[in-house]
Amino acid sequence: MNKMSSPRWGLLAVCAIFGTLSQAMAAPIRVGLVLDKGGKDDKSFNAAAFHGAQDAQQKLGIQLKVVEATDDNAFEAMHRALAQKQFDLVIGVGISQGDAVKKVAAAFPDRRFALVDAEVSAPNVRSLLFQEHEGSFLMGVAAAMASRSGKVGFIGGMEIPLIKRFEMGYQAGVRHVNPKIEVLSSYVGVTSEAWNNPPKGKELALSQYGRGVDVIFAAAGASNLGLFDAAEEKQKFAIGSDSNQNWIKPGRVLTSMLKRVDVAVFNAIELAAQGRFEGGIIRHGLGDQGVDAAVDANNDKILTREIRTRLESVKKQILAGKIQVPDYYQQRK
Amino acid sequence: MRIAPVLKPAAALLTGLALGLLATALAGESPLHVLGVLVRGAFGSRYDLGMTLFYMTPLLFTGLSVSVAFRAGLFNIGAEGQLSLGALAMTWAAFTFPSIPAPLSWAVSMLAGATVAGAWAGIAGWLKARRGSHEVISTIMLNFIAAGLASYAVLNPFKNPETQNPETLAVGASHILPALPGFGDAPVSAALLIGLLMACWLGWLFQHTRWGFELQTVGENENAARMAGIPVERVQIMAMVVAGALASGVGLGEVLGSAHRYKLGFSPDYGFVGIAVALLARGNPFGVIASAFLFGALHKGTTDLDLETEHVTRDLALVIQALIIGAVAAEGLWARLGERLSSRLRSLKGRGGGG
Repeated sequence: MNKMSSPRWGLLAVCAIFGTLSQAMAAPIRVGLVLDKGGKDDKSFNAAAFHGAQDAQQKLGIQLKVVEATDDNAFEAMHRALAQKQFDLVIGVGISQGDAVKKVAAAFPDRRFALVDAEVSAPNVRSLLFQEHEGSFLMGVAAAMASRSGKVGFIGGMEIPLIKRFEMGYQAGVRHVNPKIEVLSSYVGVTSEAWNNPPKGKELALSQYGRGVDVIFAAAGASNLGLFDAAEEKQKFAIGSDSNQNWIKPGRVLTSMLKRVDVAVFNAIELAAQGRFEGGIIRHGLGDQGVDAAVDANNDKILTREIRTRLESVKKQILAGKIQVPDYYQQRK
Repeated sequence: MRIAPVLKPAAALLTGLALGLLATALAGESPLHVLGVLVRGAFGSRYDLGMTLFYMTPLLFTGLSVSVAFRAGLFNIGAEGQLSLGALAMTWAAFTFPSIPAPLSWAVSMLAGATVAGAWAGIAGWLKARRGSHEVISTIMLNFIAAGLASYAVLNPFKNPETQNPETLAVGASHILPALPGFGDAPVSAALLIGLLMACWLGWLFQHTRWGFELQTVGENENAARMAGIPVERVQIMAMVVAGALASGVGLGEVLGSAHRYKLGFSPDYGFVGIAVALLARGNPFGVIASAFLFGALHKGTTDLDLETEHVTRDLALVIQALIIGAVAAEGLWARLGERLSSRLRSLKGRGGGG
C-alpha cells in the first residue's frame, strides 16, 4: 500500500505547489463597483462602499473600477457591461440594484456578484444585509439621553421599508429611555432623488429644530449633509448614519450609526481574491459590529460617559435577547 | 438629389464630435482611444448594436414628437411629461386588462397611452391657440405636474407591493412586445419597428396630405395661413395632440418592450434629448431616424467610457450633444465661413489665372 500511495502523494504535492504558484502568479482579480445615485462623495452610504473597495485595492492589489448610476434604468446595462468585460466580481450598492443583479447574475452564472441592502438568492450572489433596526435603537437611546427639550427628530431619505426600519428601531430606542419623549419624523422624498438632496434635508431639519426638537437622526444618504448644516446653524445636535460622520461638524454630530458596508464590501472582495467566494445571504448586526455607534475624538466631549455606558449595556442586552428591537421587515409580514 | 440638407447637419455632427473628443485630451485621455471606445461600445457586437437600437427607439418617438410641433411653429418642450403620463396610462391598461389576446392588447395599451399623452399635450396646444399662452412656458410647467402625477400614481394606486423600489405592477403577458431576434440579450423590441413606421408615415403625411400642408403653412406664416382660410387654432391644437401621442410611444420600448412595468424615473431625459434629435434632423421625419440612431449610439457608446477610461465618464455624451446642438444652431457662422472660404478660393483662382 505504501509503495502505491507515495507516488500519489508526490503527485498531489506537485499539484498543490503548482496550484499555489498559479494562484500567486495569476493576474489580480478585477472588481467592478456600481454605486447608487448618491455617488462616492455622499460621505455616507456609497462612501462607505467606496472606501471598502479602495481599501481592498491597496491591501489586496485588486483592479478596481467604480461607476455611478445616473438614472434608475442604467443599473442593468452597467452590471451586464462589467460582467461581459471579464470582471470577476461585480458589486451593486443599494436596494434599487436588486432587480438588475438578479437578472444579470442569472445570465452570467460564472461571474460573481455582491449586493448591498437587497436580497437575491442565487449561488453566485452574496447579499450583504444589515440589522439596521438594532443600530438605530442605539441612536434612539443616545438621542433621548442627550435631549433636553423632550423632543427628538428623525429624517429619512426615500420613504421605503428599509428606512422605516431605521425609524422604527430609533423610536423604540427613544422610548426605551423615556416613553414620554416625542419623536417627529419626516422624509426627504419618494424617489431615489431623495438620497441626494441636501437642501431639502436642511429644510426638514430646520423645521424640526424650529418645533423644539434638539437632536435629529438622519438616514438619508447625501441629504444628511443638509442636516449637519442646520445643526451648526441652530447649535443643536445631529446624528449621522452609515459612515462615521462625526467629523463633518465636530461638536454638533452626537454620534453616527455605523453600518459597516465598507467591511462587508472588503470581505466580499477578499474572499473573491482568495478564491473562497461563496454566495448566500450574510446578515451583519451588533454581534459582529456590522452596525454600531461611532465614538471618536470628534464626539468625545458631547457623547457623555453616561451615554456611552448606557449604550454598552443596551448593546449587551440586545445581544442577550433581553431587549427585543422591533423590526419593520418582520412586522410587515 | 439635394445634398445641402444632409451636409449641414453632418458638418455640425462632425464638429461637435471632434470638439468633444478634443476636450477629452484636456482630461489626459487620447481622443483616438476615446473614439475607439465610443465606436466599439455602440457597434462592437450584436449586443452593443442592439443596445444602441434600444436607446434609439425612445429618441425616435420624442424626436418625431418635437418635429411635428416644430412643423407647426411650436416648440414642444413637454415631451418628457407627455411620455411619462403616456407610458403610465399604457402600463395601467396593460396590467388592468391582462386577458386581452395579443395583437388587440397592443392596440389597447398603445391607444390608452396615446390618448392620455395626446390630451395632456393638447392642454398646452389649447392654451396657446385660445389663450395665447406661450407653449414653451406651459409645456415646461406641465412637465412638473406630470412628474408629480406619475410619482403619485406609481407610489399609491399602481404600486407593486412586493418591492421597495418605486414601480408599478407588472403588465399582462399578452401586452409584452416581442423582442427582435439577433441582438443577444439586448431588449430591442418591435417598438423600434413601430417607431420606424411612424417616421415614414409622418414623412409621407407632411409631403402629401392637406394636413401636412396646413401644418407647414401655419408654421411658416400664421397670418398668411389665416388669410388662406386655414383654421390656425385647430391646426395648432392638433399638432400638439399628435406630438403628445407620439411621445407616448416611448412607453412601447421601455415598458412593453423591456421593463414590463413603469419604474419611476426610467427616462434619462428622453424628452429633452428628443429636442436635440429633432434639431439635428431639422424636423424632417426621415432625418429623425438617422439622428435618433446617432444619439442612441452616443448614449450607448459613452456608457462604456466609465469602464474603459480613467478620467472620462458618460457625461461626455452631454458635452458632445451640447456641442452638436451649438454647431447646428450656429447657422450664421456656417454661412459666413462658407462665404469667406469661397471668396478666398475665388481670389486664389484669380491670382492663379493671372500667373
